[in-house]
Amino acid sequence: MELRKSYFADQRKDDLHEIGQPRPRSDSPGHVTGKTAYFADRNFPGMLHLKMVRSPHHHARIRSIDTSEAEKHPGVVKVLTAKDVPHNVYTILILIQIGPEDETVLADGKVRWKGEAVVAVLAETERAAQEAAARVKVDYEVLPAVFDMEEALKPGAPIVNEYHGRNYYLYDSGECRKVRFGDVEAGFAGADHVLEQTYQSSPIEHAPTETTGCIVAPEGNDRFTCYTNTQAMFFTLDNASIILQMPGNKLHFVGGTVGGGFGGKVDVIVEPIAILGAKLTGRPVSFIYSREEEMQISSPRAAEKVVIKDGVMKDGRIVARKVTGYTDAGAYSRHSPYGAQKGAGHYPGPYTIPNVWIDTYCVYTNRTPSSAMRGFGVTIGDFALEVQMDKLARLIGMDPLEFRFINAYRDGDMKAHRQPTEGAALIECMQEASRTANWPVAEKFMAMSSYAKGA
Amino acid sequence: MAKVPVQFTLNGAEKAEFIDSGTTLLNALRDKIGDTSPKGGCHQGTCGACSVIIDGELRLSCLTLAETCNGAAITTTSGLSEGGVLHPLQRAFLDAFATQCGFCTSGMIMAAKVLLDHTPNPSRDEVVEALSGNICRCTGYEPIIQAVLTAARSNSQNAA
Ligand code: FES
Ligand code: FES
Repeated sequence: MELRKSYFADQRKDDLHEIGQPRPRSDSPGHVTGKTAYFADRNFPGMLHLKMVRSPHHHARIRSIDTSEAEKHPGVVKVLTAKDVPHNVYTILILIQIGPEDETVLADGKVRWKGEAVVAVLAETERAAQEAAARVKVDYEVLPAVFDMEEALKPGAPIVNEYHGRNYYLYDSGECRKVRFGDVEAGFAGADHVLEQTYQSSPIEHAPTETTGCIVAPEGNDRFTCYTNTQAMFFTLDNASIILQMPGNKLHFVGGTVGGGFGGKVDVIVEPIAILGAKLTGRPVSFIYSREEEMQISSPRAAEKVVIKDGVMKDGRIVARKVTGYTDAGAYSRHSPYGAQKGAGHYPGPYTIPNVWIDTYCVYTNRTPSSAMRGFGVTIGDFALEVQMDKLARLIGMDPLEFRFINAYRDGDMKAHRQPTEGAALIECMQEASRTANWPVAEKFMAMSSYAKGA
Repeated sequence: MAKVPVQFTLNGAEKAEFIDSGTTLLNALRDKIGDTSPKGGCHQGTCGACSVIIDGELRLSCLTLAETCNGAAITTTSGLSEGGVLHPLQRAFLDAFATQCGFCTSGMIMAAKVLLDHTPNPSRDEVVEALSGNICRCTGYEPIIQAVLTAARSNSQNAA
């Protein structure tokens, strides 16, 4: 890789000796020799295996739960239901005051998505736990379900989550996150062309090679060590502490080695119930998702719908942009209110547009709760925005890369969410891309800089 | 449940265990014998993370019953380095950035070893084919393919 010293020459230090140098990863020797200890590489005598009984319905009232057959099954040590969980209704972002608590550790009275955890079975072997889980009888009254965000937002749609009481997250700004900048309608009125397009995506599963899980060992002094592949160690510890109503100093989390995460291991799902199992039985507990659970149960990236309306001038300037974004949270919030909010700040893209209007909704449906995944809240938005940019360039008959140079944000430009642009390098990146991809642009664009307008 | 005796060599060492009938080789190696280098990514024969070598052949240990391995010679990635010196495949995976989270790595190395044992100078296509049963979600495969080709080259240089 060549480091072009002409870029940002006044900010450069030439004594950098790491950049551009290959450095061995510190964890690779462990990986290639099979010595790296993943959470599941621990084994404790007397360890119990936890299996979940899951909802077969997308939306149903639970009339009754009968665990008597499961409890009698050979090898079963403990069967847990909602009443065993000290603080059963939680939400992970409560740590940063984003409530309300809206999700149950074990279903209580209702299930809101197909696959929701209802009863936990702990047994001497995986097989005994599996067999006993199949013997738990849950009597459901199936309720109408809603799977489409627009349907969910219509009046009269079934209410997915009573803790919200409506099928969208209520921000302090109201039913959606809003960005208002300039006068978008005036912008459209003065534009040479207006283009409105709708972009949609489906949920995407991270599919890490190592499935989600943890192993919990009681230390014998009312403290518990939790070996976990969470990507969010302290976040999980704090939420476990709330759910279990146990001070954090009783919980010792060991982890950091993750067999692929991509954001799929930041929810707090397996640890609290496994710690509870260890506490109530006094035995080590292993709770590891099967491959099927990893694919069907763990949170995916949210499905999104993005409606973009742009006003553009023949000379290439985008003069107005209106975006309505919908994030499908599924049945529970998890990280989605935050993802939808990120989208609101992001939709202008790395472009300077004088008139912007953005609404982003976090919508509840009876689908698998979605959550974090690599750039969630902006990745699908970026796909939509850049496809839109290509379409706009085509509409006015302009080269798509030159079109982006014209609109690229530069230092000092005010962004729609009122953060002045600093440290922009889009122009320089596009100049490099133009060279590398052999996609020439006019000389005036190659002479531009992120520093100054009008160059 | 009545236990079944199994006896085999693991990386050259004699091992004997009593297991529950029906225990997979993967679980026997990991939980009973304590070799956790084979990983369980799916327990259903689709990811390759549990790959081991049994009598010279590549096998998925999650689909192999331990009791069928009596008398077998089993090799796992944890047995490849000798006296602290990495096997050429291990060296190549390390140098070529062919491992990120590492969860697929020991299975990949097993698949690559069987290939190179049978085909010391494989073509790129042969490498791709040999690794086709092993899923990696992190590296994007190209560094892994390059690592196997590099190891093959260094093997043939050493032999020359
Ligand atoms: S664990 Fe054996 S193939 Fe996945
Ligand atoms: S390095 Fe993570 S799965 Fe291959």
